[in-house]
Amino acid sequence: MSDTLATLVRMANQIAANLQHEADPVAATAEHIELFWDPRMRKMIRHHGTEGLSDTAAAAVQQLAASQSAQ
Amino acid sequence: MTFQPQSDFGTPASTSEAQVSLTIDGRTVTVPEGTSVMRAAAEQGTAIPKLCATDSLESFGSCRLCLVEIDGRRGTPASCTTPVEPGMVVHTQTPRLAKLRKGVMELYISDHPLDCLTCGANGDCELQDQAGAVGLRDVRYAVEADHLNQPKDHSNPYFDFDPSKCIACSRCIRACDEVQGTLALTMEGRGWDSKISAGLGSDDFMGSECVSCGACVQACPTATLIEKKVVEIGTPERSVVTTCAYCGVGCTFRAEMRGEQVVRMVPNKDGKANRGHSCVKGRFAWGYAQHQERILKPMIRGDINEPWREVEWEEAFAYTAAELKRISESYGKHALGGITSSRCTNEETYLVQKLVRAGFGNNNVDTCARVCHSPTGYGLKTTFGTSAGTQDFDSVEECDVILIIGANPTDGHPVFASRMKKRLREGAKLIVVDPRRIDMVRTAHIEADHHLPLRPGTNVAVLTAMAHVIVTEGLADEAFIRERCDWDEYQHWAEFVSDARNAPETLEPVTMVPAGELRAAARLFATQPNGAIYYGLGVTEHSQGSSTVMAIANLAMVTGNIGRRGVGVNPLRGQNNVQGACDMGSFPHELPGYRHISDGETRKLFEADWGLALDPEPGLRIPNMLDAAVDGVFKALYVQGEDILQSDPNTKHVSAGLAAMECVIVHDLFLNETANYAHIFLPGSTFLEKNGTFTNAERRIQPVRKVMTPMNGLEDWEVTQKLAQAMGLDWRYDHPSEIMDEIARLTPSFAGVSFDRLDEEGSLQWPVNEANPDGSPIMHVDGFVRGKGKFVVTDYVPTDEKTGPRFPLLLTTGRILSQYNVGAQTRRTENVVWHPEDLLEVHPADAEDRGIKTGDWVKLSSRSGETTLRVTVTDRVAPGVVYTTFHHPATQANVVTTDFSDWATNCPEYKVTAVQISASNGPTDWQEDYQELSEASRRIAATIEAAE
Repeated sequence: MSDTLATLVRMANQIAANLQHEADPVAATAEHIELFWDPRMRKMIRHHGTEGLSDTAAAAVQQLAASQSAQ
Repeated sequence: MTFQPQSDFGTPASTSEAQVSLTIDGRTVTVPEGTSVMRAAAEQGTAIPKLCATDSLESFGSCRLCLVEIDGRRGTPASCTTPVEPGMVVHTQTPRLAKLRKGVMELYISDHPLDCLTCGANGDCELQDQAGAVGLRDVRYAVEADHLNQPKDHSNPYFDFDPSKCIACSRCIRACDEVQGTLALTMEGRGWDSKISAGLGSDDFMGSECVSCGACVQACPTATLIEKKVVEIGTPERSVVTTCAYCGVGCTFRAEMRGEQVVRMVPNKDGKANRGHSCVKGRFAWGYAQHQERILKPMIRGDINEPWREVEWEEAFAYTAAELKRISESYGKHALGGITSSRCTNEETYLVQKLVRAGFGNNNVDTCARVCHSPTGYGLKTTFGTSAGTQDFDSVEECDVILIIGANPTDGHPVFASRMKKRLREGAKLIVVDPRRIDMVRTAHIEADHHLPLRPGTNVAVLTAMAHVIVTEGLADEAFIRERCDWDEYQHWAEFVSDARNAPETLEPVTMVPAGELRAAARLFATQPNGAIYYGLGVTEHSQGSSTVMAIANLAMVTGNIGRRGVGVNPLRGQNNVQGACDMGSFPHELPGYRHISDGETRKLFEADWGLALDPEPGLRIPNMLDAAVDGVFKALYVQGEDILQSDPNTKHVSAGLAAMECVIVHDLFLNETANYAHIFLPGSTFLEKNGTFTNAERRIQPVRKVMTPMNGLEDWEVTQKLAQAMGLDWRYDHPSEIMDEIARLTPSFAGVSFDRLDEEGSLQWPVNEANPDGSPIMHVDGFVRGKGKFVVTDYVPTDEKTGPRFPLLLTTGRILSQYNVGAQTRRTENVVWHPEDLLEVHPADAEDRGIKTGDWVKLSSRSGETTLRVTVTDRVAPGVVYTTFHHPATQANVVTTDFSDWATNCPEYKVTAVQISASNGPTDWQEDYQELSEASRRIAATIEAAE
């Protein structure tokens, strides 16, 4: 895993951990990434899979990937 | 504007709404109840002679020069200490008064040097003026003993103290007491032996507790305390009001000039942020503007290992534009980006983000607020609906309890700290949440009611525990919450904070804050009528920076402390224009006015105005730019007024990112550390050399006015414009006012702002719009901007940065009074006498364990890197915590800090780094290598040729 990807995994996990009390933590995490990450970062995390991601973060990334596929 | 001293009404204005009419010298005057006779006379244009009175200080009544006669009263009362009364008939000039005043003045002059023609204050001396005003023509007293040959004190780098010229009016002492709140000065001795002393008799000014704010110098009516520059240059002949370029307080000053030379910077009495006060930086540390190390010609080089080559502006713009186009064509438009500066004006910042969005064709623009207050933007927008503080500074005058968390106002925001201290001396309560025993915990006449010395990184836990106490003990302001906040969200939050896991007792092992003390602090905050929270980077620069901001907002809402004077959430902004840089659309996901780039309607507004299509996707933040550079996909960066190599975390990563780029453009005053990796250097202009506006921490937009011609030939906004034109953009601004007009046109909260209005009003606090035509000193008065205030659950999530056997201590960083940020400005002034190097504070127990004494060199190591610096052993820090500043590139404290950052904004976690310290006998390999690189990188071809 590249340093940048490792950073993105850590960031995604942090976001998920801090949004765990939202009504829908997965959707909130996905939305945060969508709003604040640039397209390349989003693409990297989407293509990364789930290694190192918390359950919530992994589900959020999958949601992002599904959303991307649907577009 | 020709030179006019600031008007002085003798005593402070009364704030009473009741009016009183009286007659002074046959004319009727109406003034607020509580006004002194002296001030009432001054307001009708009658200057009663005075020496010990000045309107920044409470009346004192010692000089006996301001005597008046009042019908129906015996004697000749002092007008400064006599309040007006209805129907009072006052006479300020009678034969009896003239005789008395002349006699008093004769006594003063009998013990004063008669060297007016060669005195530094000649023409700007109240004693001289008053001698003339009372008609003193000779002195009858034979001199048998005097004070005329006292030794002078030249110890302060900025002002002299000549006790021979002192008239013992105590204005300096009172200024230090009442205005600054340091209480460094005293009157030593009695009667004939009375003399001003900076502390003990053995102290000179440098050896005393004086913080060089300049209040005493400003208050002195003679040349006893006088700026060295006035002695050297002479008295000023014109003045221009402008805004300080240091911290986020936004003090306004009169730049007092001779020609294009600044003689002195005098705090503006009409300044609504500083109310006539100043600190050592704004008052005195402006010499960097003409420092010999300033770069005044553009320079380019093909490779960072080559020496710089000076070029003309035209060549610099053409070369820069060609490089940016080359990189865009080779690597794609997303390989370019820019960084705006919180040290630059709103107009300059606006242009840089416009250049990136409109010229580079992407949203890769970020600002140094990324590394300081980006969590404030996120947190307050989420909870309140606006990315800004809620109050003006005057609001502190009505606080009953002040909670300071993660801020060190006496060092970081000294002028506001003085106002805060004044309120505390009047009786307001104080809670300090900080790992260090900052000066506010215990200083002259002030002692915090509660100091919660938390373990770094546990802000959220402490604030949630305070909320736990407030909710579970029934101290919540339910009426406020029901009316102003979302009740369902409140209940969800209240249930969370009430959980036993958030009790102070449960969290004590985590926070290290005694539960009893925390409970008492929470009760105090919740039970006082007006509670205000002031915070700084000790809140934001954490992995939970945004959560902490939201926890602060929760605390304000649950106690009903929003929407009126004396309360609120107040981020103390680090640099002068942090608020403005954020307002101007410097973040990669937001257009000016905090509107998301994905918002099609907002984008259309800008597209119509700018005449091109905008990228709808958020761009890269600074740390993401550096990551992308290391990955080889980000190749060009325009950095205006920032030194990311020194200020941003994990220096090795920053340098790797910069080294990987093909075109780094540094636009700055000096060859800073980032410029070691730059290919193009565009010389910048100081705040004294340009027009524009800064926006301070209270959302106050204030004019910055050019007082001298830019030494480099161009103001910074002109540089950006010419670069944009070289890239093919049709920009045609003739003056920054036109840029502000565009900002106002496109940004609803700035709709009513213009340079003309700022000239008329002095300043305006946004939002300034149809609903608030005169601005908004207090936010969220009748309702939150977002509608209902939002309670957000802020669960404590420990940082990933852990202490352990290798790195058992926690490093936290900050700043000191005399230095500013990376020190680029202050290190090039006499301020270095107070702080010539970064020092590491170590608790005595930790020092003893390692055999380290004050003054020893130590190696400071973390998982990121290591540096060396000297130690000062102090119990100001808790055991297990060490602290240093980041003002000096020789130390490069950020070699040690990590990539960890705030979850929501990527604001670096400067305040928590696991470290170890050990004895050292010299610089690290990295420091030696860096020094070599730095020296090689600063070679300039013309200089080399000259040397050869």
